[in-house]
Amino acid sequence: MTNRQLDRSKRRFLVAATSVVGGVAGVAVATPFVLSMLPSERAKAAGAPVEVDISKVEPGMQLEIALQGKPVWVVNRTKAMLDVLPTLSSRLVDPQSDQPQQPEYCKNVNRSIKPEYLVVVGICTHLGCSPNYRPDAGAADMGADWPGGWLCPCHGSRYDLSARVFKNMPAPLNMVVPPYQYLKATRILIGDDKKGA
Amino acid sequence: MSAMQKLVGWIDARFPLTSNWKTHLSEYYAPKNFNFWYFFGSLALLVLVNQIVTGIFLAMSYKPDAKLAFASVEYIMRDVEWGWLIRYMHSVGASMFFVVVYLHMFRGLIYGSYRKPRELVWIFGMMIYLALMAEAFMGYLLPWGQMSFWGAQVIISLFGAIPVIGDALALWIRGDFVVSDATLNRFFAFHVIALPLVLLGLVVAHIIALHEVGSNNPEGIEIKKHKDPVTHIPLDGIPFHPYYTVKDIVGVVVFLMVFSAIVFFAPDLGGWFLEPNNFIPADPFKTPEHIAPLWYFTPFYAILRAVPDKLLGVISMGASIVIMVFLHWLDRSKVKSIRYRGTLYKAFLAMFVVSFIGLGYVGTQEPTPTFNIIARVLGVMYFAFFILMPWYTTIDKTKPVPERISE
Repeated sequence: MTNRQLDRSKRRFLVAATSVVGGVAGVAVATPFVLSMLPSERAKAAGAPVEVDISKVEPGMQLEIALQGKPVWVVNRTKAMLDVLPTLSSRLVDPQSDQPQQPEYCKNVNRSIKPEYLVVVGICTHLGCSPNYRPDAGAADMGADWPGGWLCPCHGSRYDLSARVFKNMPAPLNMVVPPYQYLKATRILIGDDKKGA
Repeated sequence: MSAMQKLVGWIDARFPLTSNWKTHLSEYYAPKNFNFWYFFGSLALLVLVNQIVTGIFLAMSYKPDAKLAFASVEYIMRDVEWGWLIRYMHSVGASMFFVVVYLHMFRGLIYGSYRKPRELVWIFGMMIYLALMAEAFMGYLLPWGQMSFWGAQVIISLFGAIPVIGDALALWIRGDFVVSDATLNRFFAFHVIALPLVLLGLVVAHIIALHEVGSNNPEGIEIKKHKDPVTHIPLDGIPFHPYYTVKDIVGVVVFLMVFSAIVFFAPDLGGWFLEPNNFIPADPFKTPEHIAPLWYFTPFYAILRAVPDKLLGVISMGASIVIMVFLHWLDRSKVKSIRYRGTLYKAFLAMFVVSFIGLGYVGTQEPTPTFNIIARVLGVMYFAFFILMPWYTTIDKTKPVPERISE
């Protein structure tokens, strides 16, 4: 042993090789732990589409249902409410719905399939609070130019009755319109827009 | 040789008991001029022990399940023998932890305890502070009240502001599409196992680093510069035990008087330590009219709200916390302690204190336009203290620091 020369370069190589292989093994072992924190199969299954009867939603009223545990609103807008929507463009961040916050077939001023029925995920695009429904245009606490819509209680973001966000609000985007389809005149399926579903 | 001495000798041959006792207590020489501000390190340790002990007993009756959690906390409050006391000791302890830690950090700020050679003491301390914030945030979800739920929803959504990976990251943290049972269960695991282990490890590192370089003091004088030529003991140092252990016991007694008064007479401290909305079970469909985090997060929350842009708001909030880590590199003054600094530094420090407390108050209030403007002004003041520090500490007139600590 004593007369043998220490081969330093071989030792360096072995240390480096062991470190690399050990590092790879460490990452491999960490992977299942990290992935275990993703939504489980059960959580994903809870996102199944929901059928809703909208015949009982009176004009001006908001119906709230759960999709993937999130609040989803169905609002039956009156003629007066719909008439205001095209006049608001200059006050909105994304009046034409250019951002991908809705399916293609809802990319219109009403952000809906049938003009009067708005279907929208009731979560503020700022930090995830659920805004309050404030259809009362010109309400004293909202200001005389309030056209009706939603007010987020957390940080004060305001949306119009197509769930489009007003300018200079903390929220950056319009609220999300989920995929949905009409099964009958008064029945909609929320969460799925493929025909024959 | 007595039996006791024999036992200690037996242990010392196998484990460095006596030498550790000496290094960290009986022969750890601390400056002789510690004052009021030096109580809070040992008090933080006391509160940590309180949180761990009360936490263990709460975990015996608490159920980390979205259907059972809220009721199990009420069960602890009403049906478990002395459960109300243990729960209030834990919830009041959480707020008192931050009271003590903020005073401890302020001490470091005014006496320059983050300066060379104590940079790592400060950095370990900041890591403890960050771990403590995570611990408090996750613990607050567990009662599964309205504020628990919506507070978690908002804070996790902050991660969603990160470009590209944000939404996937928020989904991974929640383990579901909204805050749910999966989130509650994993926060429980982090709150009772992962973060306490991290905290304990960091506390050990903080103390080892401190005992390596020695304690600072209100004069900012290095006592190790003047040692007895024979014994090598710092001339201005006194052994931590018994001198400071006895002093700290006085601090502990006064602290426990305040602590007990809150626990027994005002456990929610008028909504400051336990928010009224958290006595309502979590409802994923109804955001409370006004949501605010507990007082110890409100200065940073006010900064988040003051910025009218989602991503910039999140970055500003993160920066307001992380910037404290870099104090050593920002401070260019020749002296450490406020006692030898000039009026310019004192003015900036006063401004910082006003901005921190002001932001803390604004963060508890509803975001009206007036408060938004106040928050922006205070936010600028807050950052000015740090960002302008290299400038004002360079030109500030300092007083000469004496070589030795006088009587």
